[in-house]
This record gives sequence, C-alpha cells and structure tokens, in this order.
Amino acid sequence: MTPVLSVRDLSVRFRMRGGRHIAAVGGASFDLAAGECLALVGESGCGKSVLASALLGLLPGNAQTSGTAVIDGIDLLAADERTLARTVRGRRIGLVPQSPAAHLTPVRTVRAQLQETLRELSGTPRAELRAAAVAAAERAAFPPGLLDHYPHELSGGQAQRAATALALVGDAPLLLADEPTTGLDRDLVDRTADELRRHADGGRALLLITHDLAAAERIADRVAVMYAGRIVELTGATRFFGAPGPRHPYARGLLAALPERDFTPIEGMPPELGALPDGCAFAPRCDRADDACRAVPPLRDGVACHHAEEAARA
Amino acid sequence: MLELDTVTAGYDPRTPVFRGASLTIAPGEAVGLLGPSGCGKSTLARVAALLHRPDAGRVAVDGREVRGWRHRAPRDLRTAIGVVFQQPRMSADPRLRLRDLIAEPLRATGRRAEADERVAELARTAGLTGDLLGRRPHEVSDGQLQRACLARALVLRPRWLVCDEMTAMLDASTTAALVAVVEAYRREHGAGLLAVGHDRVLLERWCDRTEEWADCVRTA
Repeated sequence: MTPVLSVRDLSVRFRMRGGRHIAAVGGASFDLAAGECLALVGESGCGKSVLASALLGLLPGNAQTSGTAVIDGIDLLAADERTLARTVRGRRIGLVPQSPAAHLTPVRTVRAQLQETLRELSGTPRAELRAAAVAAAERAAFPPGLLDHYPHELSGGQAQRAATALALVGDAPLLLADEPTTGLDRDLVDRTADELRRHADGGRALLLITHDLAAAERIADRVAVMYAGRIVELTGATRFFGAPGPRHPYARGLLAALPERDFTPIEGMPPELGALPDGCAFAPRCDRADDACRAVPPLRDGVACHHAEEAARA
Repeated sequence: MLELDTVTAGYDPRTPVFRGASLTIAPGEAVGLLGPSGCGKSTLARVAALLHRPDAGRVAVDGREVRGWRHRAPRDLRTAIGVVFQQPRMSADPRLRLRDLIAEPLRATGRRAEADERVAELARTAGLTGDLLGRRPHEVSDGQLQRACLARALVLRPRWLVCDEMTAMLDASTTAALVAVVEAYRREHGAGLLAVGHDRVLLERWCDRTEEWADCVRTA
C-alpha cells in the first residue's frame, strides 16, 4: 500500500545572525499509512514542532530545508505557497493545534468559524451551511448546543474538540496533531487521544507529536523518538512500551523516567541545537558511550545507536 | 503547619470558585492535591502561597494566622513559601537573564549581597549549566526555564513549597529531574510541600499522601 505521507531525509536548519546555523531537524525519514498512528515523542526543544511546521510549509523565512516529504505526489518542501495554501493546508493535512484556545478566533463563534471553513474548503452552498456545520461539529463530538459560544466560553476539552472539528472539515488524508493534549487533565487527555484514534481508524493517517508518553502508548501503532533533531528510534508501539522495550539508551531513559516506572531522570540536559557535539548527540549523557560514538550513528533497523540493545535479545 | 481552614475564595465575591476548603500540611510533609481541570485547585494553591486573599476562612503558617492581606499577604509571611507555577513562560519576566530571575527574591528582600553565591549554588542543584544563566527566557527551552523558576522558588530557603502543576508542560525525564531537585531540597531543609496537579500516578509517587479535591471542599 502506498503511504499517505512519505518523508525522506528531511532536514531543517535556521540561519542565525553572524552566520551561525541551528540544526533543528536532521535527516528524518519515515512513512505513514492510512489508518495508522505514528507518535513522534521527545522532550521540548528537540525539533518535533519544527518538523510539523516544515510539513505545513509554515517555517519562518530564515529556515533552509532539504530532503523530501511527499503527500499525494506533492513534495511539501518544494511546493510554493500558492500550492500549499490551496491544496495542502486543510485539504491534505488537517492540523489539530497545540493550544486550541489560541488557535480559534476569539471574536467569532464556533459556528461562524466552522461555516467559514466549510465554505472555503468544501464549497458548501450557503443554504446548506447551517446543517453542514452541525454535522461537522458532531464528527468531532463537539456539542451542537455550544456552536454559538465564543472560544472563551468553552472549557479546554470543548475548545480542543472545536479545533478538531475544524481540522476534519477538509477530509484531509493526514491529521497532524501537535501536542494536542498539553495542559489537559488525564481524563481529557484520554478522551482526546481516543477521539484522534477514532479518526485514524476511520482511514486517516495520524501523526501525533507529543511529549506525553502515556497518550502515545494509548493510541500509537508506531513510535518515533526524537533527540536533538534526529529520529533515534522508530519502532512498533507494543514492543516499545511493552517487552522487550526500546533499544536506544535515550529512549530507555525516557521511559524509565516515568513515575510509574523508575522515576529517575536522565543525567544532564539535551545539547543546544546550535552547538551539537560531533558524532552521536546523546553520547555526553550516555553510559555506553565510547570512541565509536564520535561518528553519527545512522538509523539502521529502527535504531540509531552504535551500542543499541541487541535486536536478537530484544 | 500550613493550615487552610474552611477557606472560600474566587475572583468575584458573589460567585466564589470554591467554598469551605480545608487542608493541613505538617512540617516536612509532602501532600498532593488531585483534581480535574477547572475545579479551582490552582486558586487554592494561590491562597496557600499567600498570593490570593480568600473571601472567608482562616489561613495559618507555622501557627501564625495570616492577617494584613491586601491582595497578597504581607511579604514577611510570604517569604516562608516558595512557589512554582505551571507555565514557566508566564511566570518569568522576559527581560531578566536567568541569573537575575533566580536572584530576584533576594534583591526584593534587600539581600543582594548573597546573590552571586546563592545563585551559583542553586544553578548547580537545578542542573543549569554553562552559559544558560546569562540567557533570557526566550533563549532557553521550557524545561530549562522551569528549572530556573524552581531555583527562584528555593532561593530564600522557604520552609514551605507550593508546586502548581509544575511539570504539566514537561517531558518525563525533566519531570523526574525537577521532582528530584524538590525532594533533595526538602531532605536538606525539612520543608513541607503542597503539590497540586491532575496526574495521579505522578503525585502518588511523589508525595507522602494525596488528597482528592472533592474531599477538601465540603460545601457547607
């Protein structure tokens, strides 16, 4: 089956004053199929959101990209703004934003925003807009009774659903959820995650960007772990969260830090993206580091580490 | 003891956020307060941190009843309590370098002379290394900024700590690291802790006991 989204060797760097460069994403490659959920996990500042912005063509002007990210035959990194605006955003990629309260227009009701999106994306005739807006709200389990509310009158969970309803309007084959559960309580996280999963089960591809490992465990089919701009492990969710567990030392450390596991942090802090060490970026914090780690390990067999847990043992 | 006795608080006296909330923390004890989004637990944390005047009820710190509220309580009472909030971006002055951010409580209380030594010591404890102290908030990550906010909360050596969703924005490893910093401080100084949040697994692992929001608030 052809993947919905195919990313090959995607790199993003920012040109800074004084000729410095910040390598925010380095050589990311993955495929995402319809009905599949891939969770991209990692700590804040590791480059997850930059990758999402690159896919949507929303990077600031000082960004330089390389590689390809193909959806429906369109290379998102090479496409011009007109193509992105008219055929990609909303139509091929629906964005479920990080803070829905900030994503919604504060001075317009949810109904007005849904109707506008419907008119723009699906060309629904004026006479049918009202009914279509109600139907669109129901798809995201947004209570139709709240359609005439303004964003500030909604709770966090309701605003999240309103934003999801907007993301679903264009029937995009790819849903991109960027930290959709930040700041929500556990019940709401579970509910939001389950709803996203339901949309994936309905045949969409879902790229879930999150630092919440519990949400990832709940709904992901595969997990990609990002560290200092690189994907260091890409594996099935069941083997990642269950037995035999992750193979990259960073991924193992991240899981071990959970309060339901060891609750011990990984020593040190991630490196600055503007001053990455030569070789493996995790080596300075890694107890397995040796001379071999002076070379950047390629992602081979789902893990980018010279001293990964053996696949056989794993 | 840090005591809240049948406290009613909110932002409009006609419609308080909660009524009749009671909570007592013994010296050196770590108490987790669990509640869903929007239940009022952050408002309770602000009252416990003496940053928000309750509409009714009694608050006492170390046996001394808190009087003389203006909006906040008098400073000499407040300095006994260190506070860490959920969103480091909103609780840090964007113009201050992290070094000055951490030292701010010392300056505000006229103890500027201690600042250099104390900041260096706390930066080490909180894991802020290298040139991070010379940067402003927009130049560091959420995790690094929250480390600085935690250091700021500890700089006056408070006897009590109030952590309101301190780790909600952070990844697992940074969460574990910040909790370890809080616990190391509490071991050394015997400080009591009120940790407010909605992550049951985290609070049960972290605290001596956890209280449900519904049990703290008895509507009279």
